[in-house]
Amino acid sequence: MKRHLVSAADLSRDDALLILDTAEELAQLSGRAVKKLPTLRGRTVVNLFFEDSTRTKTSFEVAEKRLSADVINFAAKGSSVSKGESLKDTALTLQAMGADAVVIRHHASGAPARLAQSDWLHGSVINAGDGTHEHPTQALLDAFTLRRHLNPGLGNDLSGRRVTIVGDVLHSRVARSNVLLLNTLGAEVTFVAPPTLVPIGIEHWPCEVSYDLDAALAKTDALMMLRVQRERMNAAFFPTEREYARRYGMNGRRLARLPEHAVVMHPGPMVRGMEITAEVADSPRCTAVEQVANGVSIRMAVLYLLLGGATLADAPSTNQSEAAK
Amino acid sequence: MIRNAQILGGPAQDILIADGTFQQIGTDLRAEADVEIDATGLVALPGLVDLHTHLREPGREDAETVLTGTQAAAKGGYTAVHAMANTFPVADTAGVVEQVWRLGKESGYCDVQPVGAVTVGLEGKKLAELGAMHDSAAGVRVFSDDGKCVDDAVIMRRALEYVKAFDGVVAQHAQEPRLTEGAQMNEGQVSGELGLGGWPAVAEESIIARDVLLAAHVGSRLHVCHVSTAGSVEIIRWAKAKGWDVTAEVTPHHLLLTDELVRSYDPVYKVNPPLRTAEDVQALRKALADGTIDAVATDHAPHPAEDKDCEWAVAAMGMVGLETALSVVQQAMVDTGLLNWEGVADRMSHRPARIGRLAGHGRPVSVGEPANLVLFDPAYRGTVNPESFATRSRNTPYRGLDLPGRVHATFLRGTATVLAGELVEPGEPA
Repeated sequence: MKRHLVSAADLSRDDALLILDTAEELAQLSGRAVKKLPTLRGRTVVNLFFEDSTRTKTSFEVAEKRLSADVINFAAKGSSVSKGESLKDTALTLQAMGADAVVIRHHASGAPARLAQSDWLHGSVINAGDGTHEHPTQALLDAFTLRRHLNPGLGNDLSGRRVTIVGDVLHSRVARSNVLLLNTLGAEVTFVAPPTLVPIGIEHWPCEVSYDLDAALAKTDALMMLRVQRERMNAAFFPTEREYARRYGMNGRRLARLPEHAVVMHPGPMVRGMEITAEVADSPRCTAVEQVANGVSIRMAVLYLLLGGATLADAPSTNQSEAAK
Repeated sequence: MIRNAQILGGPAQDILIADGTFQQIGTDLRAEADVEIDATGLVALPGLVDLHTHLREPGREDAETVLTGTQAAAKGGYTAVHAMANTFPVADTAGVVEQVWRLGKESGYCDVQPVGAVTVGLEGKKLAELGAMHDSAAGVRVFSDDGKCVDDAVIMRRALEYVKAFDGVVAQHAQEPRLTEGAQMNEGQVSGELGLGGWPAVAEESIIARDVLLAAHVGSRLHVCHVSTAGSVEIIRWAKAKGWDVTAEVTPHHLLLTDELVRSYDPVYKVNPPLRTAEDVQALRKALADGTIDAVATDHAPHPAEDKDCEWAVAAMGMVGLETALSVVQQAMVDTGLLNWEGVADRMSHRPARIGRLAGHGRPVSVGEPANLVLFDPAYRGTVNPESFATRSRNTPYRGLDLPGRVHATFLRGTATVLAGELVEPGEPA
């Protein structure tokens, strides 16, 4: 594993399993009275958010604080960025301040990659979502959630499990990271979306594509719903919300047709009534809230492995790691 | 006196230049000459003509000036360039085109022929004073809103009709605006994976298809700027087969680079039109070789460092190209056996001058013709070092790459502008 986590493609199967296993052990921390480890004491982590975010930013912040890092939140709004400062100058400033890691969310695809490849910054770069490109820690927390439901146990992957990802694939960084990571972990992925929301060239992705949600239900172990961005509605990607909900929305009728063990996932925030009915969102088979909790464990694991002194590739096995003690 | 130059790659000959023209050409010429240049191993080509250069002056002198742009042109072997109209202010009046033309005259490195805007302010709404620009000292013959597409079919039709009065040509930047809203790179497998807004080939092809039909309908000359897709080539091939007066250009970078390079997210590869697929590159090479595409045009687009040293989405589009064009063409076309040096002279000098109706350029290297000449060393091997460029900007995708060939010398009407690969003061004795 490299110094950065920019793309789910950066992760080998061993890297990904190491993160999942480490997260599994770190998850135990949340049950303790004092939810804190000294692992990153004295290390500075900057949360550099150029785009509004509540859950991802909070999740990273909680993870950083549980590992005792010094946390700096740098929001673009109201900062020098809103005065026209470039990404380069922002990065140089953070470098001068001694940032050991930068967690970056950016509205532009490729901004974290640019930061990681530049010599503007020497610390690790963790992609917290870039444009319509990737969101690798979301994919990791999804895989973590899936493993807990479908193949629990340290060292286990998702071989043979079938995941159906539904909705706005075209604009989804979650979908892009998930298809890469799930494939690395052995799962079979099917995208279901209206043809207007399927990226050109998807035939080269390691997945199947279908326009028919009902046909995909019976052979699905996990159904992952994607957020439809309402701002896209005017661009004629589909006629109406009602039609979208009918053809691609998750509802009680469809839930009943899923295999009994299958779960429904959503990265949030959910558009109830359109992507998913309240009946499904509030059912015990929907893992949306669980995913949020798992996000903290995954982000702790990523930060620990990138900054804890060990690289993912040569870190000690998790049962010997500091995190497990 | 130039000794042992291979004219268009042919056998070695001597070339005697005097009074701005080729006086004698032959073997073992015996004549008194002030200066003698040993051109053994060098190919002699007519001075190159660029149909598509951005000189940025007036308005963005931090990126380029007419002087630095023409110095870059001379270093690339060019003796004439067409300066695009998207300056600040826009070159949409006789005053602005005359200013650019005069700055070119003063530079002395290369003739500058301004391109006039088709519409006022490049806004696509109202025709600019095309006649006044033609009648000005600049004598504009090529009109283009380059950087923007004349997407209104009526305006395009009227422009095509109107310029017939003075044998002008409309050079179209073919880009259907609605199909390219938010576009960042070629639409295809790579854009899908990178999550960058896609720029579909059909956005270019649909405009070219419309325009060739419009040009045929009104019986006018159309020139298509920087063709970038295999489909565009097919439409132009079809239009030419019909006998319509349609010409086209391709940039060096579209002959060599593909959208796979965008995976780096390095804005040095961000260009308009975008880098396309390997299949498109092959189709463009073939079309240039068989003459479907008439000319190589650089689309030299200088940008200051801060406009490129940033994230992809906000980076400016374009790359510099004057100083590397001939080397790229050698690599893509000559070394691959697709084009010989005669073909290079045709696509980079004769035809561009003819399309632009540029007198005194694009002429053969023969006795009595103006001595616009480039001596090129095709055997040279070196690494591209942008710090040695004459252009004011450094946004080249070839930094650190090994490209073949080097311009050894350039002569503008018999006066050396470049010798031994270095600029010389125009008029300075060689």
